[in-house]
Amino acid sequence: MTSPDWPLFEVFIRSRSGLEHKHVGSLHAVDARMALEHARDVYTRRLEGVSIWVARSSDIAASDPLDADAFFEPARDKVYRHPTFYAIPEEVKNL
Amino acid sequence: MTHSELPYANSCVRLGHYDPELAVYTQGLDSLGKDCLQTPSADTAALTARFDAKVERDEKIEPKEWMPDAYRRTLVRQISQHAHSEIVGMLPEGNWITRAPTLRRKAVLIAKVQDEGGHGMYLYSAAETLGVSRDELVAQLLAGTAKYSSIFNYPTLTWADIGAIGWLVDGAAIMNQIPICRCSYGPYARAMVRICREESFHQRQGFEIMMTLARGTPAQRAMAQDALNRWWWPSVMMFGPSDAESQHTAQSMRWKIKRFTNDELRQHFIDVTAPQADFLKLTVPDPELRWDEATQHYRCGEIDWSEFHRVVKGHGPCNRERLQARRSAHEQGRWVREAASAYAEKTRARARRLEESA
Amino acid sequence: MSASAASAPSEDARLRYVLRLADTSLILGQRLAEWVGHAPALEEDLGLANIALDLIGQARLLLSYAAELEGRGRTEDELAFLRDAPQFLNLTLVEQPNGDFGRTLVRQLLVSAFQLELYEALKTCADARLAEIAAKALKETRYHVRYSASWVVRLGDGTAQSHARVQDALDELWPFTGELFAEDDVDAAMVAAGIAPRAAAVQARWSARIDAVLTEATLSRPADSVFPWHGKGGVHTEHLGYMLAEMQFLQRAYPGAEW
Repeated sequence: MTSPDWPLFEVFIRSRSGLEHKHVGSLHAVDARMALEHARDVYTRRLEGVSIWVARSSDIAASDPLDADAFFEPARDKVYRHPTFYAIPEEVKNL
Repeated sequence: MTHSELPYANSCVRLGHYDPELAVYTQGLDSLGKDCLQTPSADTAALTARFDAKVERDEKIEPKEWMPDAYRRTLVRQISQHAHSEIVGMLPEGNWITRAPTLRRKAVLIAKVQDEGGHGMYLYSAAETLGVSRDELVAQLLAGTAKYSSIFNYPTLTWADIGAIGWLVDGAAIMNQIPICRCSYGPYARAMVRICREESFHQRQGFEIMMTLARGTPAQRAMAQDALNRWWWPSVMMFGPSDAESQHTAQSMRWKIKRFTNDELRQHFIDVTAPQADFLKLTVPDPELRWDEATQHYRCGEIDWSEFHRVVKGHGPCNRERLQARRSAHEQGRWVREAASAYAEKTRARARRLEESA
Repeated sequence: MSASAASAPSEDARLRYVLRLADTSLILGQRLAEWVGHAPALEEDLGLANIALDLIGQARLLLSYAAELEGRGRTEDELAFLRDAPQFLNLTLVEQPNGDFGRTLVRQLLVSAFQLELYEALKTCADARLAEIAAKALKETRYHVRYSASWVVRLGDGTAQSHARVQDALDELWPFTGELFAEDDVDAAMVAAGIAPRAAAVQARWSARIDAVLTEATLSRPADSVFPWHGKGGVHTEHLGYMLAEMQFLQRAYPGAEW
């Protein structure tokens, strides 16, 4: 193909006020302005959003699945971070 | 989305619970993790075992994870064929946008054909997570080396064909697609959830058109019957060759890319569609079609597989036109795509110069 | 708003004015819809389809209002599908063929920037129904202006080839913009009634907006010229007849059928 590829962007949409932006998919565009227009036209046709973020896919750093054990397993045994770890008699209220 | 929100969920096709909160595909985020590159062969067995176990546990495979090459190739083939089908599928219906008989029908048809473009995009995006670019895939389509659903090589000759496509072709497509919402490959499954959700109106609008025609003037009824006559068999063939002949079914089922066989899905389609034709008081063009009390399924006549293979091999009524339309859109759009890239490059260069001079 | 100083326009003037707005949206929507499935990129297929849908939506609201004003029991579809070209009152500019993508977007920018000023004024006009439709259409039109201006700038300031193509398109389409600001009796009656804005005021704002885009796009604004068409008076170019033949074919071939 002789025509230059339009780079890939990732699209994040806030579905309504008060919620965080969530990744919804990707698209091709030449720059951020076009990516926003495309995201609006492609991903909000059914009132899916009130705000859009776009980012060049190549600008996003992601963890590697091979590192998953080192990254995430150590959190597994820290059960004391969760409220259910603590036994409190039922008659004690507001805890 | 819970399974109850999807069409047919309560009939033969059951979806597992799917959480849309997880509907995130991080497709550009390094399509290839370092573990997929040049794995020493000694490790391959262990990786394969880990992969198989994961699929067995119904866990999703995500883009950067190790996967067998054949799994990757199968997915690229299937997802890109699916994407091409959506894009080529815009053409037969797009034919009638300028001639839609009312403004409401016109708006609905534009929205539907537009959705198909969107679905093609979602699918190309899912394929891109496997390390191919959309441009490469489109190049394969335009070169004629990629397949797409043969159904779109049939012409839309009357307005009733728009009804028949929505009712039958989208009906068959939805039936094929719902099980893929549970496919083992995360990005494909998530794209399919979005597509199924959006497509739920497509089949209904088609049936509504058929209903209006079937209750209309004698000429309209005849138009509806003619469309059913021409679209029934091609729709039944959309599920692909019979299980005995299907090359990919067994492996794809093991990998949980496919959840039901072609024949299972086809039977289900006939079972739900035949009563709908009765409701419309239209006749399915299969003299052998009848309800079988014993099996609780419809029995139907032999499919003319020679026609199926003829159209797949490029000898359908519109194969050439469809590809030609895609090629010409691509060629005539080239200067636009190039100009947009050149403009973006210019503005980046200007911004750099501004920064340097500051 | 108070219309005490204004004289009520004749119902005929009001009807013709509403039909001009309706037909302009309808014919432009029909033109854009020709693109669906053939755009330079998949994303643009979706973008053009969105604009076409907005325009057809506007046309439906406006045609329904026109049908009520007419008071002959006709529907939006009867107005869209059973009038002949001389009864269509759209701007001549919108019936011009799509040409290439650049030409389509130049036409879109010229029309959308005009509709933007018009709807901006109409949203507070003395006709409550029109004001309501204008308020809705205004939001859509703001995006149409953004989308088309983005593209005109990209193409104008893109490659030598794209620059030449859009400059040509601009030169060819510019003569049709004269009609946008030529006030006739219908416009005058609607201005007097406190409904339509003065053409001169619309033109000044439209010009400023277009000039800004053309400058950024490195395009030169063609000189104004005499224009022989008067689409909003029912005098069209040859293109409209072919468009209607295609658009109206089913309704014509099967008179009285429900679809």
